[in-house]
Amino acid sequence: MAQDTLVSADVGSLNEVFLKELAHVPEWEKIRTCIQCGTCTASCPTSRTMDYKPREIVGLFRAGMLDKVLRSNTVWTCASCYYCSTRCPSGIRLSDIMYVLRSLGIKFGLFSRREAYPVLAKAFAKVVDRYGRNAEMEMLTRFYLSTGPLRLKDQIGLGFKMFRRGRLHLLPKAIQGRRDIEKIMARLKEEEAR
Amino acid sequence: MKDYTYYPGCSAEASSKPYDVSARNVARAVGVQLIELQDWNCCGATTYMSVEEKRAMALSARNLALAEKEDRDLVTICNGCYCVLTKTHECMTAGGDLERQLAGALQAADLEYRGTVKVRHLLDVLVNDIGEDEIRSKVKKELKGLKIAPYYGCQLSRPKGRFGDPEFPTELDDLLSWLGAEPVWYPLKAKCCGGMLMTVQPGVCEEMVYKLLSAAIDSGAECLATLCPLCQMNLEAYQEKISRKFGRRFELPIFYFTQIIGLALGLDDSELLIGDNLISSGSIAARY
Repeated sequence: MAQDTLVSADVGSLNEVFLKELAHVPEWEKIRTCIQCGTCTASCPTSRTMDYKPREIVGLFRAGMLDKVLRSNTVWTCASCYYCSTRCPSGIRLSDIMYVLRSLGIKFGLFSRREAYPVLAKAFAKVVDRYGRNAEMEMLTRFYLSTGPLRLKDQIGLGFKMFRRGRLHLLPKAIQGRRDIEKIMARLKEEEAR
Repeated sequence: MKDYTYYPGCSAEASSKPYDVSARNVARAVGVQLIELQDWNCCGATTYMSVEEKRAMALSARNLALAEKEDRDLVTICNGCYCVLTKTHECMTAGGDLERQLAGALQAADLEYRGTVKVRHLLDVLVNDIGEDEIRSKVKKELKGLKIAPYYGCQLSRPKGRFGDPEFPTELDDLLSWLGAEPVWYPLKAKCCGGMLMTVQPGVCEEMVYKLLSAAIDSGAECLATLCPLCQMNLEAYQEKISRKFGRRFELPIFYFTQIIGLALGLDDSELLIGDNLISSGSIAARY
């Protein structure tokens, strides 16, 4: 798709792409009714460590500066706890909007290479695509090998404890319907392009 | 026996095996038959959703389509699976462009979803379908004096309107009290454990868990009950590290809520796998 080639010079069109992707979030149009009250930021358990606070996401979107949000740590510090969505007086589903933003960041490569979350998410998706289910051992090994083998060392003690209790499987288990999942995903791509 | 289709979720296969085993045994003991969904796949989870939201929903759509053929409620033991399956169900009954895309994608595997599946958490089934009288009648050992922090986490009562109060749910408190236990007043019961941030932003997440553990102990709890595999893992597995970091010693047993129910129903350890929890809960189990 042409959109995949969006480069930093085109970030002005990011708002349009965002609005198109946003359309499947129920009641998405409520984003227009944000009154910038900051209830989302005050309700967020991780906002203190975010570069841009949840309230500022809507502000930056309105200013046509969404690329700054995508490149910041904000969307990768959201734990999907849904407090912001629950408490927003305008009924904006900010947690769902976060998923759209993360997916856009990944799609266009607009995320900081320092963030570990996209690496984990990609490793997770790769493992699920391959087996149909998560294989924790393979997923975490992939993750730690590409983010910092030193941290893998920290996890070995925990891994051993889990293994001893039968709570860690070394080998992945694949489902029978893997082919079906491949077919579903291929068709989804066609449907999206229609 | 009431029949339900059971969706264990990926973590039930390994890291939260004690949850899966205790859930199946407790269900059977109270007259609930959990029939595992054949060849289920990953729900899509927060993690997959963050890379490719639509593909994640397509994964859940397959589960829903398979479950619809069985014509029973679909029961999960994981808040994350519950959230994603419900979200996908909502998208696939909303009549929008995404519903059309997902329905088209399912056709490639000769599947369809008409939107009739009810996604439930096991807590919901036990509290609302089985109910107080039936559960009280099955209790063999009242958990007298056991002070438990009832922890709900996120993605079950939030987003709001699906199950329980989004700010301060009470269903688990009720259930624990039917067993004779004492659910403590736990103000942080629906606050977030950080989820997968423990892996990608440990510094942020450890502080969240530190607050949850501190509040549980300050409320007088001697253990905590969870409804979600990831909450259990975050609260249980990093207590040593958090003790060192914040200068407060934690050794709080973290149970899957089904293990607590099982204790009261008189099930033995092979049916509850309490011995496989990382923080020794033996002294509590031995009391009952």
